[in-house]
Amino acid sequence: MANGESIAVSFRNVSRHYGAVKAVDDVSFDIKDGEFFAMLGPSGSGKTTCLRLIAGFEQPTGGAVAIHGQDVTGIPPYDRDVNTVFQDYALFPHMTVLENVGYGLMIRKVPKAERQQRAEEMLGMVALSGFGGRKPSQLSGGQRQRVALARALVNRPSVLLLDEPLGALDLKLREQMQVELKAIQRRVGITFIYVTHDQGEALSMSDRVAVFNHGRIEQMASPAELYERPKTAFVAGFVGISNLIDGALAERLTGSAQPVSVRPEKIHLEPARVAAPADGQTVSGTISSILYLGANTRYLVALEGGGELTVLLQNRDTHFEPTQGDAVRLWWEARHLMRFAS
Amino acid sequence: MRSDTGRAKAGWGLTAAAWFGVLFLNVPILFIILYCFTTDDRSYSFPPPGLTTRWFGVALARDDLWAALGLSLRVAFISMLIALVLGTLAAAAMFRFRFFGKETVTLLILLPIALPGIVTGMSLRAAFDLANLPFSFWTLVLGHATFCIVVVYNNVIARLRRSSPALVEASMDLGANSFQTFRHVILPNLATALLAGGMLAFALSFDEIIVTTFTAGNQNTLPIFILKELSRPHNRPVTNVAAVMVMVITFGPILLAYYLTRDTQDTAGSGK
Repeated sequence: MANGESIAVSFRNVSRHYGAVKAVDDVSFDIKDGEFFAMLGPSGSGKTTCLRLIAGFEQPTGGAVAIHGQDVTGIPPYDRDVNTVFQDYALFPHMTVLENVGYGLMIRKVPKAERQQRAEEMLGMVALSGFGGRKPSQLSGGQRQRVALARALVNRPSVLLLDEPLGALDLKLREQMQVELKAIQRRVGITFIYVTHDQGEALSMSDRVAVFNHGRIEQMASPAELYERPKTAFVAGFVGISNLIDGALAERLTGSAQPVSVRPEKIHLEPARVAAPADGQTVSGTISSILYLGANTRYLVALEGGGELTVLLQNRDTHFEPTQGDAVRLWWEARHLMRFAS
Repeated sequence: MRSDTGRAKAGWGLTAAAWFGVLFLNVPILFIILYCFTTDDRSYSFPPPGLTTRWFGVALARDDLWAALGLSLRVAFISMLIALVLGTLAAAAMFRFRFFGKETVTLLILLPIALPGIVTGMSLRAAFDLANLPFSFWTLVLGHATFCIVVVYNNVIARLRRSSPALVEASMDLGANSFQTFRHVILPNLATALLAGGMLAFALSFDEIIVTTFTAGNQNTLPIFILKELSRPHNRPVTNVAAVMVMVITFGPILLAYYLTRDTQDTAGSGK
């Protein structure tokens, strides 16, 4: 990496409207060179459109996209120094794995010997050495995913775009690929821009995450900051469990009816008879349901005076095992109460 | 979850029914082959009084049979070419664009093969009459092309629908311009569908008789030759030899089309 602070991709007031539908609406942000950047949001929030604007499959209806300082408006996908890993992989079914990986090099007229050597090398990096002669149809979903990654990376793009690349894989494989993707990104040092609707993926891999909603960015921050200090109720709810508190209870806790939130693992769950600590914020309720999850247990507590909170307790100790219908006391440290900008 | 090759084994009743179906369909074909070799030249008596290979010589010496075969091959080949071009273009347009009345146009493209051949034949004949076109080689080709287009169209559009639209984007993303994308991605993906559609169109045209009867005038394609020959009192086995020729020439392309599209589960042919 030449300079950690140089900008790989920048959006300046970028909009992409389809008639009255504002898929992307006046969005501005910078992605740093070498960064693992996630665009997180529900479907239809504009994150994929932003990716396609960078790849060149879409043109902005307003504003400008720049890649490494160069305005790319009007430049077709094949003249941009970015490559994409597609959601359904889009491997060429009539070519072997090696031909797929070497496609970009073949188009750029790299001599055959060098092309094959680089493709083989890249297959090695994604742990698919020896699979070069197979057809995509002879591979498993996880293997196809790796071929798609190799096919994009072999061209040494300055930016790699990944469009929900793990969406079609099962949970175990997805977690394994998250670790590998992160490792590969560190090794090649290329900027990764990763689109996902899975908050777990975004948090586990990214240096920074932009949370999209209705074509705009709600918040852009590091995973920890996003989780611990969400700026809006939407971000709090989309990244983690929302646990929204409003109305009278919010007023008692904060003095205003503005909704607030507290993360489930920050809440202490005690029998009702135990006195609450003086520095904590306390509410009472009854257990309305219990979800045993192995490593931890999720309790849903119906609060006195309405509302519900989810509490997540690690199954470290069994000194207190509340059962459904038990009266309990919840408390948390005041600093863990999350307030949102109005 | 079970790995689903393990379907229940068929009972004897179902097996017997399946075999009955296969025999019902194919025994008549065996008789055609058998009667190529009979020594009886007037009727099809069973069992044949004796066996001979004489009829192959007689048939091959007939100039009118060679002429009919030649005409059929030429008509089939040119109909296939027309169908390949028009069928592919139609499929590409139908796949790529959405427009008002699209469903209707799709139906109209499929109509020649859905309608009874006799309706297609009559309407073509009426159309040629109206246009003052005398029957010729080209009216025959036009007639055949109408239903040949459909099989090419079906094969190509099935392949297009099964191809991921992201393939084109992937190719562009990897640096290929439109022309390179067409040459390296689109065409190779369509190739087997085109070949299969072409083979089927060829086979379909080669043994077609209904539309042919209405559009041929007094030209004899091989199927028409056979039909006329059947009504003659002697040298009956010559028609069987001609029929076997039709079988051999159409069977090859159909088998090839089947193997070409087997892996991709395309709808290779459709009825008719």
